[in-house]
Amino acid sequence: MDYKSEYLHPQFEALSREELEKLQIERLQATVRHCMNSPFYKQRFEECGLKPEDIKSLDDIRKIPFTTKQDLRDTYPFGMASVPLTKCVRLHSSSGTTGNPTVILHTQKDLDEWANAVARCLWMVGLRPDDVFQNSSGYGMFTGGLGFQYGAERLGALTVPAAAGNSLRQIKFIKDFGTTAIHAVPSYVTRLYEVMREQGVDPRRDTKLKVLAIGAEPHSEEQRKRIEDMLGVKAYNSFGMSEMCGPGVGFECKEQNGLHFWEDYYIVEIVDPETLEPVPDGEIGELVLTTLNREAMPLLRYRTRDLTRVLGRTCPCGRNHIRLDRMKGRSDDMIVLRGVNIFPIQIEKILMQFEELANNYLITLTTDEDNDNMTVEVELDKFDDDYGRLQKLEKEIRRRLKDEILLTPFVRLVPKGSLPVSEGKAVRVVDKRTVYQ
Amino acid sequence: MTIHQISIFIENRSGTMIKVLEVLKQAGIDLIASTVADTTEYGIYRIICSEPLRAHEELQKAGIVVTISDVFALELDNKPGRAADAVRIFSEAGINLSYMYSFLLNGKGILIFRTDDNEKAKAVIKEKGLKYIEEPNLAGLA
Repeated sequence: MDYKSEYLHPQFEALSREELEKLQIERLQATVRHCMNSPFYKQRFEECGLKPEDIKSLDDIRKIPFTTKQDLRDTYPFGMASVPLTKCVRLHSSSGTTGNPTVILHTQKDLDEWANAVARCLWMVGLRPDDVFQNSSGYGMFTGGLGFQYGAERLGALTVPAAAGNSLRQIKFIKDFGTTAIHAVPSYVTRLYEVMREQGVDPRRDTKLKVLAIGAEPHSEEQRKRIEDMLGVKAYNSFGMSEMCGPGVGFECKEQNGLHFWEDYYIVEIVDPETLEPVPDGEIGELVLTTLNREAMPLLRYRTRDLTRVLGRTCPCGRNHIRLDRMKGRSDDMIVLRGVNIFPIQIEKILMQFEELANNYLITLTTDEDNDNMTVEVELDKFDDDYGRLQKLEKEIRRRLKDEILLTPFVRLVPKGSLPVSEGKAVRVVDKRTVYQ
Repeated sequence: MTIHQISIFIENRSGTMIKVLEVLKQAGIDLIASTVADTTEYGIYRIICSEPLRAHEELQKAGIVVTISDVFALELDNKPGRAADAVRIFSEAGINLSYMYSFLLNGKGILIFRTDDNEKAKAVIKEKGLKYIEEPNLAGLA
């Protein structure tokens, strides 16, 4: 197969490793110079005595301190910007359920580059201007909405901002508009298929679907295969995070053997989350990203907290952009469930509001028939011989948790003293989802 | 007019009831009656025993989630229809029974129940002259 004709940006996609690294060092030097305009980075460089001219090779990136999500919170809302606000045209913000929200600013050039990156990903998996792309992802602050919208438009596809939910309408669009490609979270794809079956719609016979972009929640290889079998499509794994714009950071090529992270956009490092030293290719560590062409808010050595490993730096598809494995988990205690980020502390905060409950609790994540679920077991301390009231209590805990984490977990009351407690520190999260196995 | 019943919050998992019974055994407390309904994931294990206050204390010491509540224990003749008569009296008086269980003891039918209005129930029992078991007699029953 001639993969060469499949590049949207051959001038970047087809670079040799050597050419890529040359481009990276130039862009890194420019980025570090530009960061001197950011109050945050200017101060940070001064603190560690770093000058832009100290960055002479790619290895010198290790002289630069890491940037963390906490830094983003501490500089909320605009303390990290490297351009005046008047130059910014877009802002995305995280929910901020565990402290200050985080803000990511974009100039028009940033938005253009972002759209280019997403367009490149979609082109890579076979989308062309005669395709119909339905974006069944949340819009608003969630970057999977606007990110794919602008990217698919940039590519030239007819783009339908269907947003998430209302499955009957989604299916009508797919049939009526001749949708060939969809972007959605994997669990929603499964849901769509269930509704199709209920409606007597055979995706192979009644739709023109051929490509799916799935991401924003962890999923296993088996889940991907099942989705491909159900719908008769190819499903490609997408990686994005709002700190790096959103989608378009990493995407699988047709080989489906790891995600290409665009190295003309980012410098990819995999480090040991404890020592922060680089780990060899093939070993799992924390993904650290440095933006190379961001204007409004460049981020240097941003600790994503996602765990992955390098699969290779070349690929049969001809692209030499680094290939990373699907994400293997988190280096902090954040839970990613159905695309929603949850910290155990949020759950703890709610549970502690109930005087009937003891202090110990256990969060268990499971995969049940393609759906990822959360069960919160919590120890009961006081009760009053009334079964109805116990049920009411369970329901109330579930309702308050849903308000906090935006997902409805299963809640189970257990007697005090029955949950596992390891040496001193309680075990809070057990992840039994098939994706991490 | 009411007696103390021990209620224990238990998980639907083997071994939880044994722990409770072991505590009572060690303390030398006699069981008179006990009941647990099948529930999905947890349930309430209810016990009438010889020394409810001491049982409550011992179970608490053992770290078991336990509570003590007031229930009625009617003593009925062991003849057909006696339970129906008794329940009808409360029903007609507008008293709701939260739960009820019964057993035979020394040839008498014992009806244990909890109501949502103990004062009203006491008045009805008095008015109708129903026989009931009193707490000090529990030890003698076992």
